[in-house]
Amino acid sequence: MNQDFLSVENLTKSFGNNTVVKSVSFAFGKGEFISLLGPSGCGKTTILRMIAGFENPTTGTIRIDGEDITHLKPNQRQLGMVFQAYALFPNLNVGDNIGFGLKIAGMAKEERRARVDEMLKLIGLPGFEKRYPYEMSGGQQQRVALARAIAPRPRMLLLDEPLSALDAKIRVSLREEIRAIQLDLGITTVFVTHDQEEALSISDRIVVMNSGHIEQLGAPHEIYNKPATRFVATFVGQLNTIEATILDVAAKTVSIDGQTVQVAQLPADARVGANSLLTLRPEVLSIGARDGNDITLTGTIADVTFLGSVIRLRVALGRNILSLDTFNDQRTAPPSRGEPVTISLASKDLLALQI
Amino acid sequence: MKANKFWAWLVFALGAAYFIVPLLATFEFSLRMRRGTYSFDAYASVFADPAFAASFSYSVVIGLVTIAVGILVVVPAVYFVRLRMPWLRPFMEFITLLPLVIPALVLVYGYIRLYNSSSIIPFTGSALGTDILLTGAYVTLALPYMYRAVDNGMRTIDIATLTEAAQIMGANQAQIVAQIILPNILVAILSGAFLTFAIVIGEFTIASLLNRPAFGPYLVGIGTNRAYEPAALAIISFIITWGAMGMINVLGRFAPHTSARTD
Repeated sequence: MNQDFLSVENLTKSFGNNTVVKSVSFAFGKGEFISLLGPSGCGKTTILRMIAGFENPTTGTIRIDGEDITHLKPNQRQLGMVFQAYALFPNLNVGDNIGFGLKIAGMAKEERRARVDEMLKLIGLPGFEKRYPYEMSGGQQQRVALARAIAPRPRMLLLDEPLSALDAKIRVSLREEIRAIQLDLGITTVFVTHDQEEALSISDRIVVMNSGHIEQLGAPHEIYNKPATRFVATFVGQLNTIEATILDVAAKTVSIDGQTVQVAQLPADARVGANSLLTLRPEVLSIGARDGNDITLTGTIADVTFLGSVIRLRVALGRNILSLDTFNDQRTAPPSRGEPVTISLASKDLLALQI
Repeated sequence: MKANKFWAWLVFALGAAYFIVPLLATFEFSLRMRRGTYSFDAYASVFADPAFAASFSYSVVIGLVTIAVGILVVVPAVYFVRLRMPWLRPFMEFITLLPLVIPALVLVYGYIRLYNSSSIIPFTGSALGTDILLTGAYVTLALPYMYRAVDNGMRTIDIATLTEAAQIMGANQAQIVAQIILPNILVAILSGAFLTFAIVIGEFTIASLLNRPAFGPYLVGIGTNRAYEPAALAIISFIITWGAMGMINVLGRFAPHTSARTD
């Protein structure tokens, strides 16, 4: 695999005094599905728009397959793009929308028709070529937009929050379709989203962004299991955070609400007496002792939310509040607020972040 | 409730009568050319007059050219201001309103001073030059209507995203305007075109002072020395204007459908 198919080097974009993308660099291989994930205003869409050619970088270069495209016009880049608001041409029917790029490229009518039919089959809408966008549901329109983007066989596919305008149910099914089509075609894809579940579920690699810079770049399981920064830890997935004081660097012991606990790792610059932030996913916490869990903590039930099959508990450990889910047991009553509780976890599941 | 409706209907009836009664009276008068009976003689006389056909066809041609020039000027201007220079919109609004506040008389005197036969650009030195000047004046006169019609049309579609979607698929600016933007605002453009046509057909001041054989000066000329024909012409003018306005309503039904469905 060409590991530098899409390469972005020191990309910076400023609007007046406001720098929205700060010296961002990354490289991805051909056929990868990359997600740019981050909150609103983190610069992810600006990066996508610079790749597309809709924004000019203040500094930096963008290369596709070794070719410097930084200063090429959007219509010279041979890219496909799907927009949040579908952006189907209202005056053209589905067939003409999908065939638009092919027509612009000068493809003969018969060949164009064959390609449109092929695309309609690919997106599961055969026979829809005479329909107009307004006659279709949002999900169908976005599938047509996807077909339109890939019909001219672009070098790369750019997806600008393509699922954000859709209902939750359609969103899940369409993202699976997008991933299946991407794998089928082997097309390098950059997907912009603020939804961490979307990014985790369909990406080969994720770029987590915050305030214009990259917080972490890695595979979904790396991002989720080994968040590099506090931002990543809190932005991606549900996370409990515990403030702890480092007691002994060599022995890796910390104090949580006066209880001494040994952890598997401490931050590289850990020092005795410093505060550290321990993070853990809700799923690693258990009520009471459990095999493999070497840390036991006692606290008080702060809140109980009954959700049917699951009961969500919030446990207070001094200043720290931890969330944990437990299955509903019909034979026993759920815990009550204010009740003391013992929780356990494995020290290897505690991640230490420097505050 | 019933009392409220009565007053509403009364006001409506009075308002309608204010417009309709003079029209009906004019129509009735236009049918009285033949003594003792109603006839369409006045209309026959108007249509038989070679000056009617000449002035009407002259105004139609000038109207069509005005529409074409107006579209060529306004559509790209509105498109680029909306797309690239939205901060210019208040300025555009102001500029395009000027023809409504500057009297046509002032406009045409300005033209005559600037473009007379002894000036650097002697438009009034030839018939063609004066026709060009007249067309330019009509484009300016129709600007408030054409600009607003096109601007409203562009407001209904997301031109920025549609432009980007077309660009990324390889289209250049000319292809985007011709194949995507224009067809999507065609109804709006046609609305502006019919308004422009209605203005040009009835315009008197500029055509008269530039001494062009347009329909407006012909109407006034007939009015000064005939009795029944001016009434017939007034009705004909109304039918043309209303026809243009009616076309705008009919075309509104064919406006592009935009969709924000989430299902």
